[in-house]
Amino acid sequence: MKKITIAILILLCLIPFNIFAAESGMALERAPVDITDNASLKRGAESFVNYCLTCHGASYMRYNRHRDIGYTNEEILEKLVFTGQKVGDLMESAMRKKEAEEWFGVVPPDLSVIARARGADWLYTYLKAFYRDETTATGWNNLVFDRAAMPHVLYQLQGEQKLVLKKTDKEEQKNLSLEKEGKLSAAEYDKFVGDLVNYLVYLGEPHANARKKLGIEVMIFLLGMLLLSYALKKEYWKDIH
Amino acid sequence: MSNLFNSMIEWIDKRFPLTSNWKAHLSEYYAPKNFNFWYFFGSLALLVLVNQLLTGIFLTMNYKPDASQAFASVEYVMRDVEYGWLIRYMHSTGASMFFVVVYLHMFRGMMYGSYRKPRELLWIVGMAIFFVLMSLAFTGYILPWGQMSYWGAQVIVSMFGAIPVIGDTLQQWLLGDFTLSDAALNRFFAYHVVTLPLVLLVLVFVHILALHETGSNNPDGIEIKENKNPHTGIPVDGIPFHPYYTVKDIVGVVVFLIVFCGIIFFAPEMGGYFLEYNNFIPANTLQTPDHIAPVWYFTPYYSMLRAVTINFLGIDAKLWGVILMAGSVVIFCFLPWLDRSPVKSIRYKGPYFKTALALFVVSFFVLGWLGTKSPTPLYTLLAQIFTVIYFAFFILMPWYSKIDKTKPEPKRLKE
Repeated sequence: MKKITIAILILLCLIPFNIFAAESGMALERAPVDITDNASLKRGAESFVNYCLTCHGASYMRYNRHRDIGYTNEEILEKLVFTGQKVGDLMESAMRKKEAEEWFGVVPPDLSVIARARGADWLYTYLKAFYRDETTATGWNNLVFDRAAMPHVLYQLQGEQKLVLKKTDKEEQKNLSLEKEGKLSAAEYDKFVGDLVNYLVYLGEPHANARKKLGIEVMIFLLGMLLLSYALKKEYWKDIH
Repeated sequence: MSNLFNSMIEWIDKRFPLTSNWKAHLSEYYAPKNFNFWYFFGSLALLVLVNQLLTGIFLTMNYKPDASQAFASVEYVMRDVEYGWLIRYMHSTGASMFFVVVYLHMFRGMMYGSYRKPRELLWIVGMAIFFVLMSLAFTGYILPWGQMSYWGAQVIVSMFGAIPVIGDTLQQWLLGDFTLSDAALNRFFAYHVVTLPLVLLVLVFVHILALHETGSNNPDGIEIKENKNPHTGIPVDGIPFHPYYTVKDIVGVVVFLIVFCGIIFFAPEMGGYFLEYNNFIPANTLQTPDHIAPVWYFTPYYSMLRAVTINFLGIDAKLWGVILMAGSVVIFCFLPWLDRSPVKSIRYKGPYFKTALALFVVSFFVLGWLGTKSPTPLYTLLAQIFTVIYFAFFILMPWYSKIDKTKPEPKRLKE
């Protein structure tokens, strides 16, 4: 009996608890995610509507949900809504799907839950890993997503990177080097992308903060219930043992 | 006050067997007094069933079984429905936890020989519940219409196509179309919310009825009904289910809820095991994902499905996979007749049975783990080895359980 239990426990330890990380090829950089940091989320939201929402939609999300992160309805209309929509509308892409398909070959995916599908680290690394590649249709390529249909939308901020191949005895290493300076320094760009990815994580599950907060209350209640129910059980079972 | 209550009960009892049923199933239903940790999972399964029914009803109020709207309607529930995220996480976590408690419940039965005479029917009804539960999980997983919903279903549906002669026709009949499409989503929704829950409820009712006919087994695997007090006719080692086990099960329920709510509120995706990352991508009929993995509770069977790589005995490898997969579940039904041991409980069984059971558990976990991985030659070889071990546990049981060195069973329950 004990042997079985021990065997089960050992096996459980062997199971890697993150399928996603185990499967991806390149080492991903860790994204600075903190969805309680409203200032960062606001910076991310404003970058998102400026740089992403033209092509991508976030069509499961309503603009007025952003009151969660500290905006008022008026601020939302002023800072986030550029397409004449109402404050309660869904964040739809400004681009027509048919045209998008003609231009990029694919319709740019909706980004509402992209952080839940790809993971924050992947997005963070992806947005930093564009490089010039004349062999592709867009003139850009990406280290974590080979031949991505998306061009480097943020190149004016980051600058232009070039692929540097370094051959060691065992394998070929791929690195990126900055060829042309952008408007932002490397550290500023990291922060920009960090805020954007932080916002994408929030966008994936806007209720995540409320969820954790309610969870703590539920746990406190259940621990109280545990004491009571255990005392009740003990009282009844006195006459059995 | 109590007079009014008593006359009310009297009024009801003349018209409906309320008091007699209360006594037969609760206050005078005598259960062995030595139930341990493993005996919590039956009542917990009932709790999860109620959770699934209630949260499921609320989900149907906003879910749309339409291939072009299903994915968006799930996100609508998650964002715009008041506490929709909570209801949805309760349902998705409940699905996985249903399998956790049912697997532990079944393992309890295997350890203490609860499937043995006179509980063969009880065990078989339980297995029927398990089949229905698997169908419910499968049909439910399709509903969000994400990439894994679509391509996972594609794998399962193509299994039916592997059946000789009638395969293709059967597959079309199931799908209502030549491919997996809106028609299939609609009918799977109907199965998931009407047909299967109805069947499940009836089977659960029958399961409990059968249990209360034979009485519960216990960790010692001896029949408490064989040792009754000659004056009262009550088993000397039995205690009334209510209040003793009701108050004990409440403790179990609260501990379970702590785990359950811990997942719901702090890790609803469970690292991609309860909600797969790829299922946050809407179904794309033109783009097969690199790696299709079912949810964790199906991965052992998925491994067995993939394990056969060559045709043999004139049967196609794919069909062998389907046969093994179906066989791996159906074979549980034969346990009552495969076990030839003179004792029921693992406490009195010998080293052969204990080793066999340990190997079975190991193979179940390894197959489960392999099912989450993309196949490589090494993984496929491992899957083949552990599939053989899995089946050997059952097929060799008549032999090893008979020649095993058992200990004598006690006459009375141990404290």
